[in-house]
Amino acid sequence: MTLFASQIVDGLADGAIYASLALALVFSYRSTGIVNFAQGEMAMLSAYLVWQLMAWGLPLIPAALVSIAVSFVAGALLYASIVRPLSHASLLTVVSVLIGLYLALNSLAGFIWTYTIKPLPSLFPKGHFRLGWFNISAETAGIIIVVAVVLLLLYLLFETTKIGLAMRGAASTPDSAVLVGVSVPLMLLIGWGIAAALGALSGILVAPRVFLNPTMMFGVIIYAFAAATLGGFDSIVGAVVGGLLVGVVENLVGTYIPWIGPDLKIIVALVLIFGTLLIKPDGLFGRSKVVRL
Amino acid sequence: MSLLGLRRMRAGYDARSVLHDIDLDVEAGQIQVVLGANGAGKTTLLRAISGTIARQGEILFDGRRIDQLSARKIVAAGIGHVPQGRGTFADLTVDENIRLGAYLRTATEARQDRERWLSFFPRLRERLPQQAGSLSGGEQQMLAITRALMLRPRLLLLDEPSLGLAPIITQGLFRTLAAIREETGMTMLIVEQSANLALEVADSGVVLESGQIVLRDSARNLAGNDEVRRIYLGYE
Ligand SMILES: Nc1ncnc2c1ncn2[C@@H]1O[C@H](COP(=O)(O)OP(=O)(O)OP(=O)(O)O)[C@@H](O)[C@H]1O
Ligand SMILES: [Mg+2]
Repeated sequence: MTLFASQIVDGLADGAIYASLALALVFSYRSTGIVNFAQGEMAMLSAYLVWQLMAWGLPLIPAALVSIAVSFVAGALLYASIVRPLSHASLLTVVSVLIGLYLALNSLAGFIWTYTIKPLPSLFPKGHFRLGWFNISAETAGIIIVVAVVLLLLYLLFETTKIGLAMRGAASTPDSAVLVGVSVPLMLLIGWGIAAALGALSGILVAPRVFLNPTMMFGVIIYAFAAATLGGFDSIVGAVVGGLLVGVVENLVGTYIPWIGPDLKIIVALVLIFGTLLIKPDGLFGRSKVVRL
Repeated sequence: MSLLGLRRMRAGYDARSVLHDIDLDVEAGQIQVVLGANGAGKTTLLRAISGTIARQGEILFDGRRIDQLSARKIVAAGIGHVPQGRGTFADLTVDENIRLGAYLRTATEARQDRERWLSFFPRLRERLPQQAGSLSGGEQQMLAITRALMLRPRLLLLDEPSLGLAPIITQGLFRTLAAIREETGMTMLIVEQSANLALEVADSGVVLESGQIVLRDSARNLAGNDEVRRIYLGYE
């Protein structure tokens, strides 16, 4: 029972990381209809940036905050320099460019920081504490709390502020957003910035668990894709629920189904993606597009 | 005095020109209708005025050239556009649609105006928390108009507000528009195909044919014009 409970809590922490990267995917997708295949690699660079800033003498937490801010700007620049100029190009063109960017960023990281793994310290103290009848590590609790706070801030942004409302309007019906005076490109730019910042958060949270290396996000992005697909690619709630579900299922399957174990856990993601696409292509919370005249 | 003036305005899509040398004046405080068959260029005319498509020639608003301004600047200058097919934010609630209409205005102004326009469209008040996409056609039209009114425009462009509505609802809608004009003196340019109800509340009108204005007259004369009666009012 204790093992089961702690697997769930660990799963929620992993799931929180997947959820933040899945949210990044969903934000770009909702606002521009484009799946940013380079999202994971951008997150990897964000994590490396923390390492670099620390090597230059900055303490961990300021380094993490600077990296998240820089990532926001980088996401906005990506939108302004590539996505927006290509907004009338075919989807295939955009996807090719983003996959090219994926490869480029991956090589860039290897070029600058080499392919040898580097440690990145955790944001949270070592050690465990007891919560009710099971042990929970400070890191697990910390990840869950940080992601929960970020989600709350996002919720407040979108539900209570004028700019959040304008961002939702611009993503939902851009033609009408213009007619109420909203600058749609600016809103999409902010959306892509937030996506990159969320990606950076996921990279910074996961790096201490897997060590820094140019392929460190591979195992995360595949789960994030599973989470976004499961939740419905256009649903913010879906990305969060999907991320948590994927994290929990992944942990339980890895623990209780012996022939899968930790090494084959990645199958879980693939099964979830294909299963969702077969049974409920719009995901749990996604909407099939209903056009009403 | 004319609030809106078009001088030899041309507009179209990519290589295709739709409107040819349109000259049009809309007097301040008046309701003007634009009649015309499908494909005549009515929607294109409103889009050109609101800057959502490319256009050439002069567009004067309140004596100021606005033909070089972006759509967003034109909204800010005081021209509200209710597009054909309504264009409400389907994923947002009715209340959020209305709030977004006041994007360029202060929170206090928005709160006052919201009450005022909801008193013209009481049905919307009952549906404030509902998703706009789930409203009936008539309610969506009311919402689209309310959203545009929240800008407190000096000129309101309406593209076929009666589209898909039962005649009785359309009649109510035009009466409401007339009442709003009475109370606020707002100028309106209304594109309509079902002309009789529109001509009842309008002061003047033009007929658009293949991208050109072929007839302009007072609403009363247009309603009595044999050709207009035959083509747009359904009398033989
Ligand atoms: N986005 C577009 N791209 C290319 N051509 C267009 C576009 N929209 C309209 N047109 C063309 O421009 C012409 C005028 O269209 P417009 O929509 O202005 O007509 P309308 O008078 O509003 O017709 P309706 O009464 O059917 O709404 C039509 O021939 C139409 O095919
Ligand atoms: Mg039209």
